[in-house]
Amino acid sequence: MIPAIEIRGAEKRFGHLLALNSIDLTIDQGEFFALLGPNGAGKTTLINLLSGLSRPTAGSLRVMGHDVTLDYKNARKSLGVVPQELVFDPFFSVRETLRIQSGYFGISNNDDWIDEILSNLQLSDKAENNMRTLSGGMKRRVLIAQALVHRPPVIVLDEPTAGVDVELRQTLWQFIKRLNQDGHTILLTTHYLEEAETLCNRIAILKKGNLIRLDTTENLLKESITGSLEEVFVSVMQEKVKS
Amino acid sequence: MVGFKTLLIKEIMRFWKVSFQTILAPLVSTLLYLVIFAHVLSTHSDIYPGVSYGVFLIPGLMMMAMLQNAFANSSSSLIQSKVTGNLVFILLTPLSELEFYWAYVVAAMIRGMIVGTVVLLTSLFFFKLPFANPLWIILFGCISTVVASTLGIIAGIAAEKFDQMAAWQNFIIVPLTFLSGAFYSISSLSSPWNTISRLNPFLYMIDGFRYGFFSHSDVSPWLSLTIVGGVGLVLLWITLSILKSGWRLRG
Ligand SMILES: Nc1ncnc2c1ncn2[C@@H]1O[C@H](COP(=O)(O)OP(=O)(O)OP(=O)(O)O)[C@@H](O)[C@H]1O
Ligand SMILES: [Mg+2]
Repeated sequence: MIPAIEIRGAEKRFGHLLALNSIDLTIDQGEFFALLGPNGAGKTTLINLLSGLSRPTAGSLRVMGHDVTLDYKNARKSLGVVPQELVFDPFFSVRETLRIQSGYFGISNNDDWIDEILSNLQLSDKAENNMRTLSGGMKRRVLIAQALVHRPPVIVLDEPTAGVDVELRQTLWQFIKRLNQDGHTILLTTHYLEEAETLCNRIAILKKGNLIRLDTTENLLKESITGSLEEVFVSVMQEKVKS
Repeated sequence: MVGFKTLLIKEIMRFWKVSFQTILAPLVSTLLYLVIFAHVLSTHSDIYPGVSYGVFLIPGLMMMAMLQNAFANSSSSLIQSKVTGNLVFILLTPLSELEFYWAYVVAAMIRGMIVGTVVLLTSLFFFKLPFANPLWIILFGCISTVVASTLGIIAGIAAEKFDQMAAWQNFIIVPLTFLSGAFYSISSLSSPWNTISRLNPFLYMIDGFRYGFFSHSDVSPWLSLTIVGGVGLVLLWITLSILKSGWRLRG
């Protein structure tokens, strides 16, 4: 089977800063994968390379077998990205936003699916509201909805739960878990390690642009005395400081 | 096609939702120019045989408004989307460079055309205009707004902040459109101003446009068409290269 994501020697420099140092990473279809690392580790940069928001200085990246630069149309159709930044277009309502986003992907009659996403994200009663009038957590949920309008097989979520309240976080994860059970591949970043621990089958840890750990959640947890991912994460971070 | 159409409609909705500022405001200022200049200079002798100053002024003002609004539309839409960050919603999609380009250009053209048409219709209440060669009018109207919209895309991509965009407006677009012969015939200028004016590509847009109304112009309309078309092709090539390279859009 073609891997959902295939990254070969991806490197990104910003001037003198090496934000990503030759990353190799393959994620299979159907995985629920976590990309972890402290602030500035390079998580968003790697996601930007995958989505074409940024171009690698070296290496290649593929989504569902499609090269992100050579075959960008198919790569982008295969990918749904929830950006980390809370961005929105103040000119439009929630429904308009989602219809427009569907249109960009070539889909014209998408209201059934849009309604289903809205209901799953508990946004149905806000559908006709202007984006400006939503709370931060609601805007984040619209961002998630936008990433799903074209039913992408691979879904990338860059800190989807930042600023979302506890109850909603639960419903959100249930929804994403269901998407995963339906066959969607999920790649997420989060600073809430318990989320990664309970949801993800595999975890990659980035630090200063280097992929310093890549293993199943199960194996990583074996290294901990208390059985928490947080303990493993902290010790992995220290290991590297020593070496 | 659906992707292009969606982006085009979104861009039209964007200016339409704030039409007070994007249509009405430029309309009022253009009509003010017309009223003031036509009144102050009503005793001025005919510019071309049988063409009074007020009548002469209308195509120039109309074209100036079309150019300024077409430029303003694509440039301000892009800089706003860049600064607020919502341009990612477009950059994440499979839209091609050409679809992106034409959607922004056509939306900007439409805004320019709306402003221009209303200026024209309003002036018809007060002046009688000959429409000598309607095809030239349409041709110059279309090509010139494409050029201005394209310039707007380049400025929108190049500018990283609102004040840089204001610089484009105030130091390039406004002077070049004002000094393009919208208010006067360049043959009335003495050298070196006459020669300097001929370096301004906007001059040929207005002169050719005027030819469509009066069958009379300072420069041959064919020369104007060649110059404006050439400038347009160069700008198109620059814009597509910029979009392909990802400069300032895909860091
Ligand atoms: N456009 C840019 N120009 C210059 N440097 C950048 C740019 N984008 C990111 N960086 C730098 O690259 C490094 C990685 O940033 P990145 O946003 O990928 O981190 P992150 O792992 O997503 O962090 P966080 O958890 O805070 O979101 C940082 O040092 C950052 O300052
Ligand atoms: Mg980040």
